[in-house]
Amino acid sequence: MDQVIGNLYGIDFTLGGTLLELSYLLAALFFVIGLKLLSHPETARKGNIYAASGMFLAIITTLLLHKNAQGGGIPLANIWIILAALGVGSVIGWIMALRIKMTAMPQMVSFYNATGGAASALVALLEFPNADMNNLGSVLVTILGLVIGSIAFSGSMVAYGKLDGKVGDIFSGMMKYVNIFLLLVVVAISVFIMTSGQTPEQLNWAIYLLLAVSLIYGIMFVMPIGGADMPVVISLLNSLTGIAATMAGFIYNNQAMILGGILVGAAGTILTILMCNAMNRSLLNVIIGAFGGGGASSNKDQIGDMKEITMSDASILLSYSKSVVIVPGYGLAVAQAQHACHELDVILSGKGVNVRYAIHPVAGRMPGHMNVLLAEADVPYNQLFEMDSINPDMPNTDVVMVIGANDVVNPAAITDPGSPIAGMPIINAHLAKNIIVMKRGRGKGYAGIENELFFDAKTRLLFGDAKNTLQNLVSEIKSL
Amino acid sequence: MEQILVYFFTYKEAIFIIALSVFLGIEVISHVPSVLHTPLMSGANAISGVIIIGGIILVGHTDASKLSLELILGIFAIIFATLNVVGGFVVTDRMLEMFKKKKK
Repeated sequence: MDQVIGNLYGIDFTLGGTLLELSYLLAALFFVIGLKLLSHPETARKGNIYAASGMFLAIITTLLLHKNAQGGGIPLANIWIILAALGVGSVIGWIMALRIKMTAMPQMVSFYNATGGAASALVALLEFPNADMNNLGSVLVTILGLVIGSIAFSGSMVAYGKLDGKVGDIFSGMMKYVNIFLLLVVVAISVFIMTSGQTPEQLNWAIYLLLAVSLIYGIMFVMPIGGADMPVVISLLNSLTGIAATMAGFIYNNQAMILGGILVGAAGTILTILMCNAMNRSLLNVIIGAFGGGGASSNKDQIGDMKEITMSDASILLSYSKSVVIVPGYGLAVAQAQHACHELDVILSGKGVNVRYAIHPVAGRMPGHMNVLLAEADVPYNQLFEMDSINPDMPNTDVVMVIGANDVVNPAAITDPGSPIAGMPIINAHLAKNIIVMKRGRGKGYAGIENELFFDAKTRLLFGDAKNTLQNLVSEIKSL
Repeated sequence: MEQILVYFFTYKEAIFIIALSVFLGIEVISHVPSVLHTPLMSGANAISGVIIIGGIILVGHTDASKLSLELILGIFAIIFATLNVVGGFVVTDRMLEMFKKKKK
């Protein structure tokens, strides 16, 4: 493997080195093909396996063939340490991934994103002492890797905590200015490091300070964002992790890392923009104008009374309808009610009712999250309808059943220009002939906005845990 | 300024790769149905764990004869990146498995 097979620009290159680069090229191609296949339903699973194989190939060949600048391979003692670390990470990652409930998927993705960001930040931090201070470009990529990796790490951890209900929304108008100030501090320290002309040892304090400020910025950046904007933030942080990996790739001039990272960076950015479009909000608006816990000014205090419906009335109404549309939301997910929901739809379909599901693009806490959950409960594909294809049918729908959804059916998005969600496309549940809303309590939804739909004359409410309510409803209909 | 130009010249291939990959990434993703947004995000997230290679190179050249802060942090970098890669791919596979069951 160390056999010299050629000479380029006066540098000998070896068989092993060439094979390594070739395997990186293959890995990069596998990433691209994998992502491509991942974006089609039939081939998605294969795409995931392609991407994973590319990663496996890159890891193995790096272990076997990597040479440092002096041409030395990785010493055996280090190989064992690396293998042990890979083993520990694999076992923990695998177990966590198998144990996690499908409803908790968004926070899991957020958590994995945090670990990727942390790895990038650590690599940049540890490579800083080896940086060539005379080469500003190489110092810059190290700094960027550190800053972006840290922000992705602490930001994703906050997002994880929020989605898991461990961290609440904190919002104050001041935060905007604090965040701009922190960002300026990050830029100032970076410029200082690049221009001070000191050695990396002398700048050790500055690099740790930069790490600390970046971590704090990541926390402060995600803290005020909440509600329906959470998925956008996760996607944005995901693309940041990719960019951090690219920067680290520059440190080693490693093509697999550069390409893999930037692919994720670009894909993540596009996904972020797609999600913003689904909510009719600009990215800047999401980041700066966080509406999380900040009560909106135009909320009316009380729009009317909420009217309850009894279980038997609800079951009769549903059984004698021709067409029922179910609008599932995050409340269905937290209550693990997807199976009970499918049971209800089977029993109603058995009575000749046309049951369909209306899926809002940002239903759940992540786009497509609801589809994953309903797929888990064996709901057939052809019963799931996207918002745009089912909205025209709403006026002919006998009953719309809203299960644990709120903002995605809030007519204020259309009627009230002052509402924080004004302009967001919604499922037009308010146009249906009857509306049944399943809700845990009388409180406001995740985004903290009052919903007129709940006070509509056509709306009746069923309070309680979605799963219990659905199960009771199923047994009620069975006994009709 | 001159240094930045030198840097650009040194890494011109990589910079070309970046510029083209941005378009590639956008092109590959842009027609994805919203059903697949979550699995796609999760799969892309696993790919960003490619930083694992950086971790391996880093620890590969750290002095392993004594326990140093560098070594410990390097090991953590590998463990974190592995979590990202393995967890990400397994979780994505679990999600997609459910879609596949439906098809039959």
